[in-house]
Amino acid sequence: MVGSALIAIFKKDISLAYRQLAELMQPLMFFILVITLFPLAVGPSPDTLQRIGGGIIWVAAILSLLLGMERMFRDDYADGTLEQYILSPTPLYLIVVVKVLAHWLMHIVPLFLISPLLALFLNLTMDMYVALMLTLLLGTPLISFVGAIGVALTVGLQKGGVLLALLLIPIFIPLLIFATSAIESASMLLPYHQQLATIASLLLISVALSPMAVAYSLRVSQN
Amino acid sequence: MWKWINSFAKPEKAYWLCSILLPWFAIVAVVSLVVGIIWGLGFAPSDYQQGDSFRIIYIHVPSAILAMGAYVAMAIGALVGVVWQWRTAFMFMVAIAPVGAVMTFISLFTGSFWGKPMWGTWWIWDARLTSQLILLFLYLGVISLYAAFEDKQQAGKAAGVMAMVGVINIPIIHFSVEWWNTLHQGASITKIGKPSIAEPMLWPLLICILGFAAFIGWVTLIRMKNEIILRDMHRPWVAKMFGVIRPEKVRRGDKILGDSDKPRGGR
Amino acid sequence: MSVLLAHNISCEKSDRALFSGLHLSVSPGELVYLTGENGAGKTSLLRILVGLGMPSKNTFDDVDNEQDPIDLNDDEHETSLKNQKTYVKINTIDVHKDINGASEQLLYFGHKLGLNQLMSPVENLQSWCHQQNIETNIGTITSTLDELGLTGLEDIALKNLSAGQQRRVALAKLWLKSYANLWVLDEPFTALDVNFIAMLEDKITAFLKSGGAVLMTSHQSLNIDYPMTNMHLEYQW
Repeated sequence: MVGSALIAIFKKDISLAYRQLAELMQPLMFFILVITLFPLAVGPSPDTLQRIGGGIIWVAAILSLLLGMERMFRDDYADGTLEQYILSPTPLYLIVVVKVLAHWLMHIVPLFLISPLLALFLNLTMDMYVALMLTLLLGTPLISFVGAIGVALTVGLQKGGVLLALLLIPIFIPLLIFATSAIESASMLLPYHQQLATIASLLLISVALSPMAVAYSLRVSQN
Repeated sequence: MWKWINSFAKPEKAYWLCSILLPWFAIVAVVSLVVGIIWGLGFAPSDYQQGDSFRIIYIHVPSAILAMGAYVAMAIGALVGVVWQWRTAFMFMVAIAPVGAVMTFISLFTGSFWGKPMWGTWWIWDARLTSQLILLFLYLGVISLYAAFEDKQQAGKAAGVMAMVGVINIPIIHFSVEWWNTLHQGASITKIGKPSIAEPMLWPLLICILGFAAFIGWVTLIRMKNEIILRDMHRPWVAKMFGVIRPEKVRRGDKILGDSDKPRGGR
Repeated sequence: MSVLLAHNISCEKSDRALFSGLHLSVSPGELVYLTGENGAGKTSLLRILVGLGMPSKNTFDDVDNEQDPIDLNDDEHETSLKNQKTYVKINTIDVHKDINGASEQLLYFGHKLGLNQLMSPVENLQSWCHQQNIETNIGTITSTLDELGLTGLEDIALKNLSAGQQRRVALAKLWLKSYANLWVLDEPFTALDVNFIAMLEDKITAFLKSGGAVLMTSHQSLNIDYPMTNMHLEYQW
């Protein structure tokens, strides 16, 4: 019963996101725009772009995901659906997992689809591209789960936006370091299992610990 | 014993404790800092490699270590506040946060001073300075989050969650920045990290660390007393302490909820 | 046996004590009517009672502190500790320890509707019933909406309905969760027209007569032919 309620919430969130596709496109456009800025800023030399390409894509990904993250709980908080979730038979932390997953899915799939284009823009090699995809696959759920804590804490504030970025960016620095290092190793044709394993372990820790923190933060915001 | 410990959840009791501890911290701070700094800056033997410029470590190292320590203390306060719902724990967190942030800034500032004679530049992205910079952002995040809430009890809980998330991340950030530094390190950088330090240099350093810790405690206690008074301004015990006479509120005729036989006076 | 039992709850908002050491109980078939000025703390109280807000620690009652706990012997201390315990129980389940269990037979109606603006009334209520584990079908939902005067509006996105109509959709939950035995209603009559208010009052009376308990607040006077317990929250500094 808990399971079917959770699946229902998952489906509901996905279908609601579909009804607001325009809003979903905005972080994606931001992502592409930011990446476009770099060749313009540092010059189009393919070697330079290749060297900094992994870093650019990851920084742009973090920024654009931060932009889109507010959606996670904002509407449910505003219209009282969150209150009803709290007062339902399903534990809040499970609802949180489902909502974060739905949010991640809706935001990461477009990112994935657009990435071949970006690899082209920044002259990434095939190996680097594979490393990029793997690090995005493991790293973006980490961003969503940990970011959800920040979103839950600031959901009741009217100001929000930049504060969320200020809170979360320092927390994402380790992920950024490991992800870009993996891409760099790939560019030199070196193995990067170590970096991927570290990201994966950070992901597992956050999946284990953050739902509780998010649930608590949501209830603090309800006060 | 637990009832005694639990009594400090009340701001009045916590205020009393702060007042008692304050002079001790002040004395230890002043004595240690004077002794440590004069010894370190003046009398300790100069380093054979770095000459006299290394003396800045007597300010830099204590501030760096204690910036981290203050964050951990803040996170412990946050934990006590969140789990046991002590208002005073959140007040402690608010008191120590800016102190820790300033300590971090001092460590960055002095670290950069140290760097100039060493590397020739005012800033370098080595592991320690980078970690301290990120720590500063973590502090600023907690402080900003607290400031963003109107209701201070809610603010305390939210900032508390952030402080705990930060404290879990500090070792991760450290490890990753160290690792990042080894990847990108140029060959010319000397290893400043953990020099094996000779004994005559060590003692003033330890005294300075003690002095800085006591100083942080001193300032935090002052700030905490202020915070308690600020938050509890309307309570009778504050009025009594400052000798302010408050007019008794007139009670209305209806049945008052939560009131048995106790007269409810002015609040 | 009381449906709702609250003991020694306190609430602090923006460093002001709204109430402290409050005790409350609601029995089956009882209507408790909570009144008080704006800002007295009615909504905060109701939210703490259902579990949406957390009660503050009772550090405000300076009168209680006359006896230093250290001076009591063990027995006295035990009793005084018990007296200082803070809890809210709905159907004997502690709300702040197991909110999911406690809210099983509870219906809370607050200031926010609890409905998504982009979904239609039917979709909203279906989704809500699903979460609450209420077995229902579209037929029941549509006929309930009919009863509430929303015929023809069942499939329009909620944002296209008026405030009053949206409120009616939200109130449909009272009809759908029929096994609930406690209703906590925070100003349920807002934005409703007189006819609907009368319908709602009838529904409340029927619920009370069948043994349900109601705790509600309102700024209007209640026209219910049923004995009610009045409780007044005073605005205090």
